[in-house]
Amino acid sequence: MKRATKLFATAAAVALTTAGVASAQTLDKVKKQGTLSCGVNTGLAGFSAPDDKGNWTGLDADYCRAIAAAVLGDATKVRFVPTTAKERFTALQSGEIDVLSRNTTWTLGRDSSLGLSFVGVNYYDGQGLMVKKSLGVKSGLELGGATVCVQTGTTTELNLADFFRQNKMEYKPVVFEKADETITAYQAGRCDVYTTDASGLYAQRLQMQQPDEHIVLPEIISKEPLGPSVRQGDSQWFTIVKWVHFAMLNAEEAGITKANVDQMANSTNPDVRRILGKEGEFGKGIGLGADWALQIVKQVGNYGEVFEKNVGSGSRINIARGQNNLWTKGGLQYAPPIR
Amino acid sequence: MTATTNRPGPGPISPPAKPNLLYRPEFRQAVYQILLAACLIFAFWTIASNVSDNLARQNIASGFGFWNRTAGFDISQSLIAYSNQSTYGQAFWAGLLNTLLVAAIGIVFATILGFLVGIGRLSSNWLIARICGAYVEILRNLPLLLQLFFWYFAVLKNLPGPRQSFSLPLGASLNVRGLYLPAPVPGPGFRAVLIALAIGVVASFAVAIWAKRRQRETGERFPVLWTTLALILLLPGAVYIALGQPLSFEYPALRGFNFQGGIAIQPELMALVVGLSTYTASFIAEIVRAGIAGVPRGQREAANAVGLSKGLTMRLVILPQALRIIIPPLTSQYLNLAKNSSLAVAIGYPDFVSVFTGTVLNQTGQAVEVILLTMLVFLTISLITSAFMNWFNKHIALVER
Repeated sequence: MKRATKLFATAAAVALTTAGVASAQTLDKVKKQGTLSCGVNTGLAGFSAPDDKGNWTGLDADYCRAIAAAVLGDATKVRFVPTTAKERFTALQSGEIDVLSRNTTWTLGRDSSLGLSFVGVNYYDGQGLMVKKSLGVKSGLELGGATVCVQTGTTTELNLADFFRQNKMEYKPVVFEKADETITAYQAGRCDVYTTDASGLYAQRLQMQQPDEHIVLPEIISKEPLGPSVRQGDSQWFTIVKWVHFAMLNAEEAGITKANVDQMANSTNPDVRRILGKEGEFGKGIGLGADWALQIVKQVGNYGEVFEKNVGSGSRINIARGQNNLWTKGGLQYAPPIR
Repeated sequence: MTATTNRPGPGPISPPAKPNLLYRPEFRQAVYQILLAACLIFAFWTIASNVSDNLARQNIASGFGFWNRTAGFDISQSLIAYSNQSTYGQAFWAGLLNTLLVAAIGIVFATILGFLVGIGRLSSNWLIARICGAYVEILRNLPLLLQLFFWYFAVLKNLPGPRQSFSLPLGASLNVRGLYLPAPVPGPGFRAVLIALAIGVVASFAVAIWAKRRQRETGERFPVLWTTLALILLLPGAVYIALGQPLSFEYPALRGFNFQGGIAIQPELMALVVGLSTYTASFIAEIVRAGIAGVPRGQREAANAVGLSKGLTMRLVILPQALRIIIPPLTSQYLNLAKNSSLAVAIGYPDFVSVFTGTVLNQTGQAVEVILLTMLVFLTISLITSAFMNWFNKHIALVER
């Protein structure tokens, strides 16, 4: 009931505030409060989940820190607000959070009708299907008549319907509100299939009782560009969050890492000097300090570092960079230049 | 001028000045009412216009245009034809009917169980009374959500998979995917059996009315119960056999991943019905006990004195009077049950809240409209339930002379 109350409260807040939140300058608000309110997942290993000491870790959580580092100069000044798939957009619309960094798929529908803008893609994902090995299924096309566990309020629910419809197969969905309940039901055998974004499948498999008994089928049934989003109507804030993402990509491309950022600050390379605020006044242009990107890399790291630490080789999930590699290395991650 | 002409007392005195309009109570009352109404209208209008302005300013879609758009998602259980090609409006009805289904089944079970436990708690049998007492104290003191989790995740989730299902009598199977029952398939001529059943029901009503009238006039009693049973069971049964048993059963069988055929009852529905009805029954039991205890002792003694048996005393003297005490709080329990069914969302049953306030809200992003409609729906369900119960209460109320 608490959840419903919260949802209702946010809906009521949207309904009742006379002074539209969108018109308020988010940057000023964040600076004044001294903390960034960042909406994250309630718990998805690799993206945003509290560790055993209660610190939020993951790719999305580190994006929150990067924004705080750029805006406030301190990556620790983040108030993490865990949101379910169902609550996330209302939380952003009502102004409860300043940015939503919660493995959220960028779609036209969401861009146009929810009053929010996606700033970019920090993880190129696709929806996968997981089954028990003992089922003997090798392909998603053998799943006719299966029961599928899925989480509500996601694009996953729609892709699933499309996939089975396109392949003229029957299925039964069992829909839960929380990821935990969905996985519990799948493990208990309520469903033959569990489906979510492939990265989520790999991350959640690690937490299952017998990870080896489950396989992820080869089909990727959708494209899921995941990225942070902000409220529409505040172009300054939109630009800042967008360029935090680009700065992390540009830093990786220029070879600036958490370890060498201080030496690189003395570099003669004009690209590096511009990124780190030694040349030009790019920070000022977006309402931040000259060292905004330097602080991101110094306190959080470049995109590659953050990726490897949370979902890549440095983590238990161990997902290959693949599409998420830089464009120079055959991937899709490409940032406009800082100049 | 009646006030002045009726006035006693001597001498002509000048009639009191007609009170100023401002000081007339009727006028003042009317003004206050109008002012209050105006304030309310203004408040609602402000809220409504703020909502639409703010939504427009934040570029959030508003209005009910989504109603006829394709939903694109599936619902695991629907009483109406629904596929992912259907509209959000159809999803609304599918969810609503699922909620009504759970509420209806839950109310029936909760009432039966509640009456049994409530009467049992008053039993002179020590063990039965204690068991019923323990039932009430345990069930009504644990949070409902916890009980639902217990039934769903602790009990039903531990059932075996489809391939190792429990076989139940009559070709039914029980496994972690649900309860599979044989589905009756009416053959040719089965309609005659149904007609016989209808005739039986009508005839037994007629017999009951006739018997009542005869008893009032002559004092002779008639075995209504046995006649009714014969009319409802034997008549259609005889027709059924005479026509060569025109009913076959489709048995559920394991094909592919799951059982196919027959009637499938989802474990989510079972957990929800069991959880809701056992929980509500514990409250109903206490209401029933209070109702029975509330009938004056003298009524029972009087019934004994005129020689009524224990069963007849309960049926003819105690319960009719107890019902008058029971019905109003019972209504609240029915309303609670209907509203509590929204906890379905936690265990994956596609009820109204899960489908409409969950999936539809999220896919359309129109929180304000969806929440408003949800409140309206629950308000309507509750008002209809309570209107019916009020009518029933009036119907059974003691007619005072």
